[in-house]
Amino acid sequence: MLELKNIRFDVREGTEDIGIIRDVSFTIPDNKFVVVTGPNGGGKSTLARLIAGIEKPTEGRILLDGVDITDKSITDRARMGISYAMQQPVRFKGIQVLDLLRLASGKGTRVTVAEACQYLSRVGLCAKDYIMREVNASLSGGELKRIEIATVLARGTKLSVFDEPEAGIDLWSFQNLIEVFEQMRDSIKDSSILIISHQERILEIADEIIVVADGKIDRMGPREEILPSLIGTTSAVGVCVPLGGKPAAVPQVPTDENGNPIPKSQAKGGEI
Amino acid sequence: MEFKKMDEIQKRILMEVAGLHTVPEGAFNIRSDGQLAGRASSANIEIVSKEDGSGIDIHIKPGTKNESVHIPVIMSKSGLHDVVYNDFYVGEDCDVVIVAGCGISNCGGMDSEHDGIHRFYVGKNSNVKYVEKHYGEGDGTGKRILNPVTEVYMEEGSHVEMEMVQIKGVDSTDRSTVAKVAAGASLVVKERLMTHGEQYAASAYLVDLDGDGSSADIVSRSVARDKSYQKLDLRVNGNAACSGHTECDSIIMDEGRILAVPQLEANCTDSALIHEAAIGKIAGDQLIKLMTLGLTEAEAEEQIVNGFLK
Repeated sequence: MLELKNIRFDVREGTEDIGIIRDVSFTIPDNKFVVVTGPNGGGKSTLARLIAGIEKPTEGRILLDGVDITDKSITDRARMGISYAMQQPVRFKGIQVLDLLRLASGKGTRVTVAEACQYLSRVGLCAKDYIMREVNASLSGGELKRIEIATVLARGTKLSVFDEPEAGIDLWSFQNLIEVFEQMRDSIKDSSILIISHQERILEIADEIIVVADGKIDRMGPREEILPSLIGTTSAVGVCVPLGGKPAAVPQVPTDENGNPIPKSQAKGGEI
Repeated sequence: MEFKKMDEIQKRILMEVAGLHTVPEGAFNIRSDGQLAGRASSANIEIVSKEDGSGIDIHIKPGTKNESVHIPVIMSKSGLHDVVYNDFYVGEDCDVVIVAGCGISNCGGMDSEHDGIHRFYVGKNSNVKYVEKHYGEGDGTGKRILNPVTEVYMEEGSHVEMEMVQIKGVDSTDRSTVAKVAAGASLVVKERLMTHGEQYAASAYLVDLDGDGSSADIVSRSVARDKSYQKLDLRVNGNAACSGHTECDSIIMDEGRILAVPQLEANCTDSALIHEAAIGKIAGDQLIKLMTLGLTEAEAEEQIVNGFLK
């Protein structure tokens, strides 16, 4: 169980303190799948970084299973059972996918290649093509993202935090990735999962939804209460257009050199 | 069969630089403390001492395939200054692996220095893989110094791949590598360098791409820790319709310092030359990622450096 109590996080800009997180409190009980959503710039990723220990709150306490971890390091929190998948995963020259999965598992070379491959298969990567690849710039953003998720699976800790797993993955591939989260949902046991996401399909499998906007909790509660109010907003984006469907036509409006729209009657040239 | 004449220190160094714990298969020449400690020629590879005693000549017959030559050097005494000339004559259409390297164990108060001058004459369409590892150990105040010179003369259509590694224990090194590459020939160099303490390492390359269709790819990865200093000087001259690439990728830690000097000289309008050089400390995000996997900052650093130099 993870508890955030009256968390504030300020950053200094010039002589002014800007409140990124402004008095946020919530609890993620065991065996729950919680999705944090809300508009961009609202403080969601900062919350994830505060939980992982990458940032320290200006005020407030964070508790894991009743133990105050506010002053614990990233390493300590990881060892206590927090996993964190970055929104923009890091590349490493020379470190292979297998190395990273072995480090993640905490068992080093005792993890066989076959075991490591299973984690990759679960995130939809053809394991034999990737296991010996370097985690470097030769991997696409989407591939890197899947490997990042695989490292969290390999850890198997009691709290897994995913920061926008859909970011950088094309929508068709994300369809398959949703199944990964559905499986995680099904096999959650005594662990809990916190995902930052705007995707409707992810929100649909949530137990609880927390809407964060402007550094504060806008609303939170069980999915069935919160989700209906989010459909159609940027906090719940449909995964893709129907097969064969066409994206809605966006009418083009001619503009002048300053970017201001020109009335059709004055527009030069042919039809638009 | 084991090396009977060697003591444990010498055997361990041999393992470090050449991966050998028994006599290797094929041709070899082992030099220990300035003396010959073992030699064998094979049907296709002949090793002979130079008449003036300054080193050895290695003759590889044309058409020799899938054979190897080991020529490690071991120095376990303090105060030695060893200069050796090793010349490799590789015939046409060969495919061979050459393993060299030098290990110094200096527990005394005097400097130990080995200067190995290796010259390679690579025949047409031959394929050579050259592996060179340098290693130093010992807690004496005497310095461990290695100043290798490598010259490579490549005939048409030949291919040479060089792996040069110096990770540990060498106090001072001044390395010079010169190559002349003929038409259709290609040179690939992977250099790995790590310096500690107050060590000094300089590595200079001068590659002449002389023939049409020749190419060179020189990649140096290095880590400078503590108060060590490195100077990396990579120069490629494009003298024909050729392609050349150099990359100098370095991590600095603690108070380490690095000077990277990439140089390209295009003497032909059809030469395509590229250099890349980057020096920086370990990225904060890399450390954070590994720490979120449960590693301490020091463990994370070690993994990042090990991977980088792999």
